[in-house]
Amino acid sequence: MHIDLPVIWAAIIGFGVFLYVMLDGFDLGIGLIFPFFDREGEREVMLNTVAPVWDGNETWMVLGGACLYAVFPVAYSVLLPATYLPIIAMLCGLIFRGVAFEIRAKARRTQHLWDLAFIAGSGVATFAQGVILGSLLQGIDVRDGKFVGGPFDWFSPFNLFTGIGLLLTYATLGCGWLLMKTEGELQRRMAVLMRPLTLCLAVTVGIVSVWTLLGQPGVAARWLSMPNLLFFLPVPVLVLACVVGILVAVKRGAERLPFLLTLAIVFLGYSGLLISIFPNIIPPSLDIWAASAPRSSQVFTLVGAAIVIPIILTYTVLAYWVFRGKVRQGDEGYH
Amino acid sequence: MNVSDTALLLARWQFAFTVSFHIIFPAISIGLASFLAVLEGLWLKTGKVVYKELFFFWSKIFAVGFGMGVVSGVVMSYEFGTNWSGFSAFAGSVTGPLLAFEVMTAFFLEAGFLGIMLFGWTRVGPKAHFFATLMVATGTLISTFWILSSNSWMQTPQGYEVIGGRIVPVDWLKIVFNPSFPYRLVHMALAAFIVAAMLVGACAAWHLLRGRRDAGIRKSFSMALWMMLVVVPIQIAAGDAHGLNTREHQPAKIAAIEGLWETEHGGTSLNLVGWPDMENETTHYAIKVPHLGSLILTHTWDGEIQGLKSFPREDRPNSTIVFWSFRIMVGMGLLMLLLAVLGLLLRRNARLYEARWFQRFALLMGPSGLIALLAGWITTEAGRQPWVVYGVMRTRDAVSTALTVDQVGTSLMIFVMVYFLVFGTGIYYMLKLMAKGPNLPRDEAEGSSSGDTGLGRDRFDHRPLSRPTDPIDE
Repeated sequence: MHIDLPVIWAAIIGFGVFLYVMLDGFDLGIGLIFPFFDREGEREVMLNTVAPVWDGNETWMVLGGACLYAVFPVAYSVLLPATYLPIIAMLCGLIFRGVAFEIRAKARRTQHLWDLAFIAGSGVATFAQGVILGSLLQGIDVRDGKFVGGPFDWFSPFNLFTGIGLLLTYATLGCGWLLMKTEGELQRRMAVLMRPLTLCLAVTVGIVSVWTLLGQPGVAARWLSMPNLLFFLPVPVLVLACVVGILVAVKRGAERLPFLLTLAIVFLGYSGLLISIFPNIIPPSLDIWAASAPRSSQVFTLVGAAIVIPIILTYTVLAYWVFRGKVRQGDEGYH
Repeated sequence: MNVSDTALLLARWQFAFTVSFHIIFPAISIGLASFLAVLEGLWLKTGKVVYKELFFFWSKIFAVGFGMGVVSGVVMSYEFGTNWSGFSAFAGSVTGPLLAFEVMTAFFLEAGFLGIMLFGWTRVGPKAHFFATLMVATGTLISTFWILSSNSWMQTPQGYEVIGGRIVPVDWLKIVFNPSFPYRLVHMALAAFIVAAMLVGACAAWHLLRGRRDAGIRKSFSMALWMMLVVVPIQIAAGDAHGLNTREHQPAKIAAIEGLWETEHGGTSLNLVGWPDMENETTHYAIKVPHLGSLILTHTWDGEIQGLKSFPREDRPNSTIVFWSFRIMVGMGLLMLLLAVLGLLLRRNARLYEARWFQRFALLMGPSGLIALLAGWITTEAGRQPWVVYGVMRTRDAVSTALTVDQVGTSLMIFVMVYFLVFGTGIYYMLKLMAKGPNLPRDEAEGSSSGDTGLGRDRFDHRPLSRPTDPIDE
């Protein structure tokens, strides 16, 4: 029996990237809504909700990058040069943010500067990720497995807009997460913020979808032809249902549902992206088979992944379980 | 289409800069993680509060270092794609899977259990907590395993074929356990332990010099010096074995390290100091010791060592750089040995905690582990040039074809600014924490048992074994 390794690997990487967006999404989101919360102890509580887990969250991005490098080296060596400056910006954002996590609590005099580093770092990293996402959706010039475009190909109105879109996505995720993890006045203010964020997110998702269909005839053909349209129609319908669900849930004072529904929106948007580009790994012309590493590399790494990823998932769930429940002011947190 | 020399040079500078900054943090993390595991283990075994206090103290410094290691490491892995996509496309089929294994088996383990180690005291039992600490320490060592395997493969590649212009792995066992791997792994892991021991020792020396004599300070000073006494001689032996291995597999690197131009027959002398001149193919101002080169590098009186002139000009590493980086590393190692031995001598009459000159020496030696580590790293990496995969791929073919001087120059500038700003501040905070010292409860210093008054302790007042009546070390 022939096993189509690139397909399996595409699924694993797809899964890893989704976990990243989901997990680091809400902790980056906390940085994005940080500016709206500055009353006594609020920021500390917000940080304490993710302090024990953010490191693990970010590791999913490293996994995505490392696996892409390991099993689709051609895609890796095309995507990164093509989005050179956004990648650098993202890394710098993550540096500021990661160090701010550690130092904010220890610095008294310069705490406001580290808050700023946390906010700006989260913002820059998220925006850059959105721009990279946009570049991917829009397509990258590849010839003979090499990037042949210019250094500023990523700089387009569409990509900048997907940057904003991702900012809204993560902010909504962060807000939903805090709605779940906090209580009292802070939670009430999260509920107030959740509504406009969700509405803005819905509008943005709509604009990105239509813009993609208008700008990419190939994608439009895939979505709008019959019978695909019937198969894929649930995607936008479910997005709308989730948006309505969030608004209703917030109004009724639900604590977990808004976060879960936001995750559902992220999942739907992500599956929409995959529907649009698969089996290309770098649209419009590089598919997963052409981008693949030699079979021996894919097998070797797959053996490891098959054994280790379930273990990782187990202790990741364990870590979240250990730190379950509400975070209160004055709780044991950052040192 | 080839990238300009300037872009290549800038890309190399960028890599050297980011990797040098990065390596500082994992080295500290690897060493401190094991130290923390030892401290917690001792606390569980003996119940002495001093170990737990030291654990809390060093775990804060560990956390800052670890955070910086993670983010600076992310930069490294993406740099392979941005600046070195020629390398990624050609050799990514080997280095990629090794990196993926590092992420899967090490990074997740560290990150997953770090949260419990730092914040889980009230959420899990002491045994489960100790398990988390052990997992973090194990994770750092597994990480060392994979990254050194990858680096060693680039130094002594085997187990592959080149098919269709790129490397295809054939035998993964041979790739992972390549000829120089065991030597490098041991050398690097020991180096990390030394880095941590020197920092712990220097931190204790600082507080001793300022008049603190409490159990935590004395304990750390003593532990650090015992550690040095055991590890430094082993490290010197490991370095020697590594040298023999390098001579076998990378003779040009050895010739460059020694500043040796001609292949001498009947015994090679050693240039103690000198100034290797790449242009004129000679080493100026050389002070030679006859036969010592043969003795060290072949363990025989008249073993032959190839000179640089027996390699084509374009295959020679820069001798001026590695000659001196190597000597800095060895010099640091010898000073460390001196420190450890003096420490042993001073223990006799309990003068260890009183001899101020010795404490000043230990304080000065604080960064020596890091200096030796960086110097050693420069020696091995610059000594590999002009190859990125030794004998297989040249560095100039590894760079991204689409790379422009503007891009790499801009990003280098940004990295330099961001690194100095962010990591500079981070290091400043680590030093500040160290200068503050561990928070021993006052009663331990004064001999009374007035309860928890130390800062930060009330947060953990429900710790089962931290009763103020507990016996204090020594």
